[in-house]
Amino acid sequence: MAKRLANVNTDVCVACGVCRLQCPREAISIYKGCYALVNEDICVGCGLCEKACPASAIDLKERGI
Amino acid sequence: MANSKKKHWYNYLWIWSIIYFALGFFNILFAWLGMIDFILPLIFAIVGGNKWFCNNMCGRGQLFWVLGRNVGCSRKKPAPKWLSSKWFRYGFLIFFLTMFGTMVFQTYMVFSGAGTLRKAIKLFWTFKVPWQWAYQGSVFPDWVAQFGFGFYSLMLTSTLIGLIVMVLYKERTWCTFCPMGTMTQGICKIKKH
Repeated sequence: MAKRLANVNTDVCVACGVCRLQCPREAISIYKGCYALVNEDICVGCGLCEKACPASAIDLKERGI
Repeated sequence: MANSKKKHWYNYLWIWSIIYFALGFFNILFAWLGMIDFILPLIFAIVGGNKWFCNNMCGRGQLFWVLGRNVGCSRKKPAPKWLSSKWFRYGFLIFFLTMFGTMVFQTYMVFSGAGTLRKAIKLFWTFKVPWQWAYQGSVFPDWVAQFGFGFYSLMLTSTLIGLIVMVLYKERTWCTFCPMGTMTQGICKIKKH
């Protein structure tokens, strides 16, 4: 399991879906048009979504063991 | 975009954004086609409760991505927080709708005969740019063309704002305060509850 994973601040997320398009693992979906939802089992914490997010709503956090 | 992913026809709608402005340069009546970009996202949000339009089909968002990321015209710096804050997003939405309403009222003035057709577009709601070559009369009454000039102004202005924030900040910074995006996300949030 990867050490890190993407973490979405759902309060700031504008649900534009840029992160979803960027994710190479297709781990992100837009939940009911409200915010980005990361599938934690698939996410490898590469950070491509974090770089693309225009609202700075995504950060990478350490996985709990 | 991940290279392994299958490309769909709607991944190329950024071309439509360019064609739209090109068509409106030659004939302002084509500006009406921009209504598609107003109505479709609302249908998706109201009927489907999703932002599928923003997420997959928005030609403008795609254009900013192509120019900002693929062509490299973006600094890719995080935008200031207030730009994606709720008060700014909803404030901009209200401002935008007010300006839309003003434009519809001007159209009505021409319709009712109280105003005359002005063959110009207005950038940033302030600067008048002559645009008389784009209309030489048609089978439609003047108010149809007036709406075209007004709507084209709105579309061009918002695209220019989007391009500016694309250069200054992230590729799709426009999406954080796009009025259609704010509106559709708002509708989706209401529907979810």
